[in-house]
Amino acid sequence: MTDLRTHAREIVEQFSEHLDLEVDEVEQRLDNLVNEYRVPVEEARRSVVNNYLDEADLERDAIRGGDSDAAKVADIDEDEQWLDVTVKVVDLWEPRSDAISQVGLVGDESGTIKFVAFDTSELPELEEGAVYELGNVVTDEYQGNYSIKLNRTTSITKLDEEIEVGDDTDTVEGALVDIQSGSGLIKRCPEEGCTRVLQNGRCSEHGDVEGEFDMRVKGVIDDGASVQEVIFDREATEELSGITLDEAKSMAMDALDTTVVAEEIREDVLGHYYRVSGPTLGRYLLVDEFEELTEPADAESVLIKARSM
Amino acid sequence: MSQSTPTREVARRVFAEEFNDAGYTFKESDDERAPVYLLLPTGEKANRVLLVGTLTEKEDVGDDAEYWRGRIVDPTGTFFVYAGQYQPDAASMLRDLEPPAYVSVVGKPRTYETDDGSVNVSVRPESITVVDAATRDRWVVETAERTLERVEAFEDEGNEYARMAEERYDVPPERYTEAAVSALQSLESTDELEPEP
Repeated sequence: MTDLRTHAREIVEQFSEHLDLEVDEVEQRLDNLVNEYRVPVEEARRSVVNNYLDEADLERDAIRGGDSDAAKVADIDEDEQWLDVTVKVVDLWEPRSDAISQVGLVGDESGTIKFVAFDTSELPELEEGAVYELGNVVTDEYQGNYSIKLNRTTSITKLDEEIEVGDDTDTVEGALVDIQSGSGLIKRCPEEGCTRVLQNGRCSEHGDVEGEFDMRVKGVIDDGASVQEVIFDREATEELSGITLDEAKSMAMDALDTTVVAEEIREDVLGHYYRVSGPTLGRYLLVDEFEELTEPADAESVLIKARSM
Repeated sequence: MSQSTPTREVARRVFAEEFNDAGYTFKESDDERAPVYLLLPTGEKANRVLLVGTLTEKEDVGDDAEYWRGRIVDPTGTFFVYAGQYQPDAASMLRDLEPPAYVSVVGKPRTYETDDGSVNVSVRPESITVVDAATRDRWVVETAERTLERVEAFEDEGNEYARMAEERYDVPPERYTEAAVSALQSLESTDELEPEP
């Protein structure tokens, strides 16, 4: 029961300043109530929490959840922190799992961050474009990207104010070491609001459709210390490759093959150095601006460093 | 939720001298498909490398099928790159290219033991592209920088790959500081040879 384990972890975290609890033990207590005595999960959790409150001789307000800190989303850089944020719902996405009730992007003046709300938390739904004070959310980390999770203890207060969501533009520099499949001349599903990229003329949602041509490059920028996946949209791809969408279409027509476009782009740009900037969404940096780094690198400063070692 | 995909391996920057001194490879899991790492003598694991240098020679060394070997030279030594039928793009690049040419290669380190028991290190390319001198120079500076960073971190407590390198190799990491210095100096001297404007 992974679900109970999540509850157990949250409880351990709630008490982390007061009691040294073991996730296993908490989970076992929950399990006993839920699976042995058929108590609903919420009730079981309340009971277990009350139990520990007694044990620590605490009031309910004293445990974490009552005292999380107000934070700006751009400052979130640690896993499993309990925080309060005041944010605008920028975007809502389609949840990919039944366990998730809502997933999307929220932001404040400092930037944006992904949020997830789980079905089991039974929270009211957030509206796109509205501003909320979210009390007691917990941070999560996946491959260096942070998100916030809403949970059963999260308080949601709709505010009658406007937030100017800041853009969190990142800039990375390095060699373009890979161009991934799904790059070059592609076809997208024409269904209203879909835009999925077709695989062999099929949309994973709408089946066989007459696709619409588009161009993009999914690439990897690597500076020898870390990697960043990047996506060039049509405009950026045209600039990067010097090939317009119309030219790409006629190249594909002549060759009777759309992959010639990606091949051509690959030959021109792989192994070259670029500085790219744009917002980061999940794994990808969406390239707004870029330039090829052609100026000579600064050998002198590295030489000075080497000689001082 | 997104499936947990394995994180992409960084392409390490390493000069030919250090690369060819490496010979020890290891895995960090028993999984058959777990990545194989080459242990760099400066104390880092490399499952992928990026190198930029001059292709000076190429030769089809295959018996039946084509199997191309390229020699790619940087300021410190020579990388050997092998591409056959399983690297069709890289193989056709080597077939078509006329040396000398500046090339950028992304690839995986490979080792093989020779009859006399010594270990040779080569690169199995994922891609080979033609670049210009400015890109080559940028790579030399960047590779010097990364090399110095590794040497600097060598004595750090908890640098497990440095401890592994101490155990496996008999070369003090300072040697690669010297290689980086001479590589950087080679850039300066070519600058001086350029005609005055």
